[in-house]
Amino acid sequence: MRISPANTQRIMVVALWTLAAMTVFTLLFILGYVLYHGLPHVTWSFLTESPRRMGKEGGIFPMIVGTAMVAGLAVLIAGPIGVATAIYLTEYTREGKITAIIRFGADCLAGIPSIIFGLFGFVFFVITLGMGLSVMAGALTLAIMVLPTIIRTSEEAIRAVPRSFSDVSMGLGATRWQTVTRVVLRSASPGIVTGIVLSIGRCISETAALMLTAGSALRMPHSALDSCRTLALHFYTLMREGISPAHAWATASVLIVVILLINLVAYWLMRRFVARTV
Amino acid sequence: MAPHERKTRLSDLALLGVVLALTALGGCRSQKQRTVNLVGSTSVQPFAELLAQEYQSRHPELNVEVQGGGSTAGIQALENGIAEIGMSSRSLTEAEKAKGLVPIAIARDGLAIVVHPSNGVTGLSRQQIQSIFSGLITNWRQVGGSDMPIRPITREEGSGTREEFIKRVMGKVRVSRGALVQESNGAVKELVRGDPGAIGYMSLGLVGGELKVLAVDGVEPSVEGIAQGKYPLAREFLFVRHGELSSDAQAFVDFVLSDDAQHLLESEGLVRTK
Amino acid sequence: MKISQDRVIGWVLLAVAFSALSSLALITTFIFKEGVPIILKQGVGNFLFSNDWYPGEGKFGILAMIVGSLFVTLGAMFIGAIFGFGCAIVLTQFCPRRLVSIIKPAIELLAGIPSVVYGSIGVVILVPFIRDYLGGPGLSVLAASIVLGIMVLPTVTSISVDALQAVPRAYREGSIALGATQWQTTWMVVLKAARSGLVAAFILGMGRAVGETMAVIMVAGNTLEIPLGLTSPVRTLTSNIALEMGYASGAHRQALFATGVVLFVIIMVLNTIALAVSHSKAAGGRR
Repeated sequence: MRISPANTQRIMVVALWTLAAMTVFTLLFILGYVLYHGLPHVTWSFLTESPRRMGKEGGIFPMIVGTAMVAGLAVLIAGPIGVATAIYLTEYTREGKITAIIRFGADCLAGIPSIIFGLFGFVFFVITLGMGLSVMAGALTLAIMVLPTIIRTSEEAIRAVPRSFSDVSMGLGATRWQTVTRVVLRSASPGIVTGIVLSIGRCISETAALMLTAGSALRMPHSALDSCRTLALHFYTLMREGISPAHAWATASVLIVVILLINLVAYWLMRRFVARTV
Repeated sequence: MAPHERKTRLSDLALLGVVLALTALGGCRSQKQRTVNLVGSTSVQPFAELLAQEYQSRHPELNVEVQGGGSTAGIQALENGIAEIGMSSRSLTEAEKAKGLVPIAIARDGLAIVVHPSNGVTGLSRQQIQSIFSGLITNWRQVGGSDMPIRPITREEGSGTREEFIKRVMGKVRVSRGALVQESNGAVKELVRGDPGAIGYMSLGLVGGELKVLAVDGVEPSVEGIAQGKYPLAREFLFVRHGELSSDAQAFVDFVLSDDAQHLLESEGLVRTK
Repeated sequence: MKISQDRVIGWVLLAVAFSALSSLALITTFIFKEGVPIILKQGVGNFLFSNDWYPGEGKFGILAMIVGSLFVTLGAMFIGAIFGFGCAIVLTQFCPRRLVSIIKPAIELLAGIPSVVYGSIGVVILVPFIRDYLGGPGLSVLAASIVLGIMVLPTVTSISVDALQAVPRAYREGSIALGATQWQTTWMVVLKAARSGLVAAFILGMGRAVGETMAVIMVAGNTLEIPLGLTSPVRTLTSNIALEMGYASGAHRQALFATGVVLFVIIMVLNTIALAVSHSKAAGGRR
């Protein structure tokens, strides 16, 4: 009763394609479910008003602002640090002990779960540095969380720039710094931006770390030291407290649409980048 | 052509960065509005939020910020100075009172024992509830219902609602390890709504119409039952202060205790303080 | 003059480059500083191997959570690995290019969906389904495993795809030329050559499954009992922290940080294994 190789081939191809199809179906189902239940409730006033009665009525404007502030600040902090690290690793040193240690640090950081970042942010930023539950504490925590992603994508982007570009630039008498900023970074920018855009996406969908660092105030954050509630946490609260499933799914739709857009932008940038370097 | 394109893109990016930075900094510098911070119980939070909104519609110059986190977190926030008013759904411990914390009762609430609407049981004694949550009684048949396993749902360690429940029902008896743990009134409600064998406890003011609320020791958890002190699982919702309140915070507390605000709380299903 | 300018910039960049490592050090220090004292006070054995978690009585034993995390992770990896490896094989071996450009972004998008959304859909769809058809409360090891399995799938897939793509074309072509079918080639040549990369993908996926929090809280039930079957509810290390952190003070808070320490150690061990495995692959390649 041995199955012939040709039949095994057929069976496996069908099985594997079934797995892939189920995966894509799962994605479509999740997107469809969220948008079907949420989009009808997304109106202009939902996007621009403040919530009333815990979010049962009104809109999600303060959460949109809060999410933008947290994600924006986080990337603003992690972006330069991550890109600088990548520049150092690729242009300013040779592979050796130091680069190995730096990479080890980044790799380990990448594997740490967000709840641990939350615990750390809570004792360090919120309590030890006295920031309280605030946009700033949340942004700093997320900055550390996305740093490895930015380092890795920037490094890959810089490495993909042909060596000849910088050789020519250096040969023409430019300093290394001039070469890096005017030649290398310019060519690598779509790749770097892709990493940053994906990091923004990660910040937007994060909940556990922000619950412990940014707080859950419903009001509009007026400064970086105010507490804020991000969209993801607002969705969680509306859903869990059973305040308003309709508004919860509407919030989730906004979140999903933003994440879709972010992924599209990243994908488009990546394709341009690949097209150019090849 | 290509370098031009890149240049614009880079400068756009830089511009975006600068704008973001300015927004953040600008935010930091803008003069802060007068704010009263409330932190604490997730059971009290919806009501405090409502009161804050009502207050602000009358006094737009004052910013009342309400955050959840739980009763104990609120009390800590009070001690750390993060909050000016704590919210608690349990009474203060002696140790907390000794630290100079002062409770201000803002309303009364009942702990409602809730089950699925299809459940035939209409009431339980406190003893029975204790046995159910400690795992001694495991089937609805044992308390007069149909033959169905009981699935008790409790709240997480540290929740004010849980502590009141432990104090009034469990005493020194431990809640069974097998009890499901949910982290909010809403989650308990959702679970009981979907599970015919479930039993849970939650704030009476938040039950709504979809669950069956059991009588305890023969007393229905009605507003009258609580107001007259007959319902055994009644509790107080507290604001907690540490030292003297600022005039802004005092004004808000005065409003909360006023007739108007108490009436508002009553219409939301709570029982007024007096 | 120019050289010295470059050197200065080099030093500055080096300093910045250490920020990831110093963050890691800072995180480790703070988590351990908060958590380790209570482990020592309780006794390591008591903390890790006792099932008594009664914070009110000062008893902190996390055995049930360790076992819970283990069960849920294994369940998640069962699903995540089958689907993740399956998708990676399809993408690299069997899929026409045009379809790759649809399936791959779809899987990447799956990674972008917030965990709270996964949790909520799990609660409204999966949990009632399990309760009605398989029994138990619905909130269960199974529900958590399925939700987490879907969540780790993108991690497993993307790392496996990299590993499979790194296999030299010549291996494949040689095998096909010898008359092997596509599947035989995949199974006996490509998967074998990419083995260490696939192991790394599995372990990193495991790290994600152990560390996920919000979705698990929503679908796992969070009981303190050691789970006895797929439909038993369960509490994981992460949900223990997130559930009780908001309230905790004193020894209880320290015990939650101690739970974090255990989680941290597990993750670090997994990371190190994954790194070692992928490094040995790199070394093997050079040879």
